[in-house]
Amino acid sequence: MSTKEWPLWEVFIRAKQGLNHKHVGSLHAADLQMAIENARDVYTRRMEGVSIWVVESKHVHASEPSEQEALFEPANDKIYRHPTFYDLPEELNHM
Amino acid sequence: MEIKLEALFQDKIDQEIKIEPRDWMPEKYRKTLLRQISQHAHSEIVGMLPEGNWITRAPNLRRKVALLAKVQDEAGHGLYLYSAAETLGMSRDEMFEELHSGKAKYSSIFNYPTLTWADMGAIGWLVDGAAIMNQVPLCRTSYGPYARAMVRVCKEESFHQRQGYEIMLTLSKGTEAQKALAQDALNRWWWPSIMMFGPNDDNSPNSAQSMKWKIKRFSNDELRQKFVDVTVAQTEILGLSIPDKDLKWNEERGHYDFGVIDWEEFFQVVAGNGPCNKQRLKARVDAWENGAWVREAATAYAEKRELRTKNQTEAA
Repeated sequence: MSTKEWPLWEVFIRAKQGLNHKHVGSLHAADLQMAIENARDVYTRRMEGVSIWVVESKHVHASEPSEQEALFEPANDKIYRHPTFYDLPEELNHM
Repeated sequence: MEIKLEALFQDKIDQEIKIEPRDWMPEKYRKTLLRQISQHAHSEIVGMLPEGNWITRAPNLRRKVALLAKVQDEAGHGLYLYSAAETLGMSRDEMFEELHSGKAKYSSIFNYPTLTWADMGAIGWLVDGAAIMNQVPLCRTSYGPYARAMVRVCKEESFHQRQGYEIMLTLSKGTEAQKALAQDALNRWWWPSIMMFGPNDDNSPNSAQSMKWKIKRFSNDELRQKFVDVTVAQTEILGLSIPDKDLKWNEERGHYDFGVIDWEEFFQVVAGNGPCNKQRLKARVDAWENGAWVREAATAYAEKRELRTKNQTEAA
């Protein structure tokens, strides 16, 4: 007896109004309604959230770890993108 | 190439950089983690059974809601951990299959019976206490998904231990008969609890590699000693006594000495010959098989609904 495994869903929870939804983990569910209900039971037993997003895991596309350098290295030497790069006089407070 | 990758991997570990699912990792690291995390998940799931036994017979509503919540948490902990294990490339069904066939292990402690209500106290206090001792360092384990799951588990676990200790405290301050019940539970759960940390260090061949990969942060014996040290004072508050005549403070070591563990018993229970091994596994297999129609019905319903939505969209 082997039946098809329920699909995997990624769960995102908004902890409170004003914050973004944050990835908290995953779970299996037959459909999106069950995914949301299960996410409520598994990830918000202690008032951890006010809103839930579920996304079927197969729809998440990720960057390759091997491309990490190519993707993120270019930002490394662009220190002029940070406010501390600029020399300003001391007396100019708060800019 | 492999050697270079392995050196880079160890370098990341040494720098305390977490390993994430899609990163390169040695096959043995993946296998070790998969075994450890799935075992841990199975333990949470099987661990619901000894306590589930007492839910309907909790002495009052306060105890009943707490026990229900604790058992529900354990289901949740099992699910966090199965999810973490799945990121290493094994499907949930494959893990269940390994549990049901007896190929995968779970913590031996759950193969002991829960004979009286006091066992709910002793389990929360000692079994969850020992688990916490093990789990807190795992929040810093080198594999990201496992570490994140453990952070959630540890946050929830402390209520488990406190509710258990409160049961023990109430019983030990009660009538003579109640106090005797508490002492009896301590007598039966003490040794299995300190066995939970696993074999002695010199008998635990994979430990060194797990420490090097920072999957583990402390050895079995270090954690066991820590547990004994904190539990002695807790037992004194209860006015109970730990069933070990060799237990005494060692000034020189700054730790309690304790008696020799009956490893023969431990290995017998691991091998499947504990008092409840068959019963526990049967309960899991039955739940899985008797629930098959529910899983199938939910799948069929989901497919039907998807089809209906598709047809509606096409019609529109």
